[in-house]
Amino acid sequence: MRNHIMTLGAAGILAVAAAAPTLAQEVNIYTTREPGLIQPILDAFNAETGIKVNTVFLESGLIERVKAEGESSPADLLMTVDFGALIDLVNAGVTQPVQSEVLNAAVPASLRDADGQWFALSGRARVVYASKELDLDSITYEQLDDEEFRGKLCIRSGQHPYNTAMFAAYLAKHGEEETKTWLQGIKANQARAAAGGDRDGARDIAAGLCDIAVANSYYYGLMASGAGGDEQKAWSDAVKVILPTFEDGGTLVNVSGAAVAAHAPNRDEAVQLLEYLVSDEAQRLYAEANFEYPVSATAEVHPLIAAFGTLQPDGQSLTEVLPFRARASELVDEVNFDTFGN
Amino acid sequence: MTISLWAVVAFAAAALALLPIIAIAATAVADTGDLWGHIVQFVLPQASWNTLVLLAGTGLIATFVGTGAAWIVSAYDFRGRAFLEWALLLPLAVPTYIMAYAYLDILNPLGPVQGVLRWVLGYSSPRQFRLPDIRAMWGAILVFGFVLYPYVYLTARAMFLTQAANVTEVACVLGVPRSGIFWRVALPLARPAIAVGVSLALMEVLNDVGASQFLGVRTLTATVYTTWVVRTDLAGASQIALSMLAIVLAVLMLERWARRNQRYAAAAQNARQMQRQRLRGHSAVLAFALGLAPIAIGFAGPALYLVVAAIRRIEFAGFSSSLLRATLNTVSVSAIATLAILSVGFAVAYVARIHAARWSATAMRLASIGYAVPGTVLAIGILVPVAAVDRTLGSAWHAWTGLPGGLLLLGSGAALVYAYSARFMAISVGGIEAGLSRIPPAYDHASRTLGHPAIGTLLRVHLPLSRSSLTAAGLLVFVDCMKELPATLLLRPLNFESLATLLYGEAARGTYEDAALAALIIVAIGILPVILLAKTSRTFR
Repeated sequence: MRNHIMTLGAAGILAVAAAAPTLAQEVNIYTTREPGLIQPILDAFNAETGIKVNTVFLESGLIERVKAEGESSPADLLMTVDFGALIDLVNAGVTQPVQSEVLNAAVPASLRDADGQWFALSGRARVVYASKELDLDSITYEQLDDEEFRGKLCIRSGQHPYNTAMFAAYLAKHGEEETKTWLQGIKANQARAAAGGDRDGARDIAAGLCDIAVANSYYYGLMASGAGGDEQKAWSDAVKVILPTFEDGGTLVNVSGAAVAAHAPNRDEAVQLLEYLVSDEAQRLYAEANFEYPVSATAEVHPLIAAFGTLQPDGQSLTEVLPFRARASELVDEVNFDTFGN
Repeated sequence: MTISLWAVVAFAAAALALLPIIAIAATAVADTGDLWGHIVQFVLPQASWNTLVLLAGTGLIATFVGTGAAWIVSAYDFRGRAFLEWALLLPLAVPTYIMAYAYLDILNPLGPVQGVLRWVLGYSSPRQFRLPDIRAMWGAILVFGFVLYPYVYLTARAMFLTQAANVTEVACVLGVPRSGIFWRVALPLARPAIAVGVSLALMEVLNDVGASQFLGVRTLTATVYTTWVVRTDLAGASQIALSMLAIVLAVLMLERWARRNQRYAAAAQNARQMQRQRLRGHSAVLAFALGLAPIAIGFAGPALYLVVAAIRRIEFAGFSSSLLRATLNTVSVSAIATLAILSVGFAVAYVARIHAARWSATAMRLASIGYAVPGTVLAIGILVPVAAVDRTLGSAWHAWTGLPGGLLLLGSGAALVYAYSARFMAISVGGIEAGLSRIPPAYDHASRTLGHPAIGTLLRVHLPLSRSSLTAAGLLVFVDCMKELPATLLLRPLNFESLATLLYGEAARGTYEDAALAALIIVAIGILPVILLAKTSRTFR
């Protein structure tokens, strides 16, 4: 019993200490993107402005958490790793509009909401890693189900947002029947269970398990730069990156982005951080530390990424594709994409 | 007066444990359009089938390995037996997601095992020769089976030790050959104990998110995630979660069915130990090797891998300060939660002792119900009511002081303590109850007759005599809190990483190598209760 009382006491003190609002300038980020990826950029922001940045990585449940916290929510900036998730935030009503000359100047109109509910911060392409032993220089998304890759393709879970975004774009272009056949073909091409992450694709190509893998562009940079160690460098050495296109279009591009929370207690700091994130300096960091495509036209792509060739984004906009996402996810279930074999 | 306070605590504990389940049920009744039709047609059949195959396979391996190992160390004596007896518990220290992530690397075609194999067989490239890929149902079954068999080993061994002596001797006298005793006497007698162990292991399988995700097995738990996150449909996810509870209930019924015969065991508790058969030469080596294999697969392999990976990582990138912070966070929150769980658990078990009535037993069972709810599901169920309390407190604070109201429970980590308490109360209640049941009621009567009030009896008799069960329960709870992932991910405050979430974050961005050190610390701390468990289970046999 004594323990119990002491525990309650200790918890109470902790609670008061943690919950008391502080006077120092700060900004709180709820993010579905692993904060390690953007930490260098946040550190630079802190060094420049003195504003403290607090983060919590909520891989899932960001919306539920912000909604449940309601007006008491400490969240200022909501960041997502995927466009669909960004729009989900807006649809859930947990964001607020921001009007800023700086943001409007830096971010092209197609990569932000007209009302300022959301802003894209960086981009990446859904590309194909191909074995260097393979004589393959170009490929279309439509060819991913070709029989020449039977049992030779590696891909992560079909339900991962990176893949459902790709499938939704296909669905928007080709309709349900064709998409289903295509997904069945890709499933038949799987060399192993659709699991793990995008880097596993490169590793499995190096291991001879598959010939091609579907992955995001920046993972190649993270591996090839040696930032992940020699082992990963060896994986990237086994592959070359092809920018696939749709037969009648360009390459699939998805974005990471941010929105200011509806009840942001530090709204000004949140906008200041947003403006910093699209500044030349931060956009350079996105490209250099993270190997992403900058959204700002004035920032440069990293040489490792530029070596893939010129990126021709597909004409279909992200907003057009979005309504197809739920159906694409259902099709993944219908073809039993994530169960290997049968 | 004191007594009614105890009862209040017990009922409050039961209510707090029920609250998240009620919240999930309330979420599930929301309209989900035609999603349910899709789920019934395309999601549930496949995911349920996968889950059942995984449960059956894991159960089979855990039973086979756990029972076999328990029999070897109980029925035979050989050099190294004493070591095996406690070392067989070591896989308990390895969380399933760490086991999966280690074996993905160890058994990868570019990894050490296949490298050596190729070298031995004279192949130069994995393109010429490689083993089947572990990312499959069989891989998941092996991984789960070899990391979860200790649950069966623990219960089966206790049964062999307490029951086998008298009956095996009778069987010997009646002419049953030594080899027949296991199949015809010991195994049938140990069946209830084995079922209890298996049901514990299966609960762990149902709770897992990480390992099945890494290994590409689409279980029901995984589909709860997908439905919630990809389709942003919390109501649909809650519906699947509720269907999952049906499977959990089935597993629990298996356990209760098995316990029917437990009184049997209690009667034989003071039985002599079985005379061990002395093995020499080849058979002694064989017995040792058989006992060593599960330890090598379930513990030594992954632990060694983590040590090597952690050293390589420190050489490459140094020791990160975030790891130290995460360790401190993990230890302090787990310690606070453990204290809370032990105190409440003691109160609940104590009420059931001093008021042996239907209501107290019900309160005890309800307070333990969270163990049956997978962490992912529990987390959603806790978020909703806890945030509601926070909102109310926040606006009250704002109205009173004019200052902005913060989040008292979510912002302080108190929500985490609540989640851990709801989830792990069963371990504390069960362990303490078992400890209390070993104190004869005559002691209570003697103490009261000698003039001690109820509280004095508690402080001078029950608490001191419960010390070892409190310690054991405390350590188990502490380690479980430390390993807990899904609820921690959803409910932690800003800037708060635990070792498990740090590890998960690294894995989420595909930098497994950075996670090795965090995983190693989790495993290292997890060994402590295993050692204690080994010691106490020896004293109490």
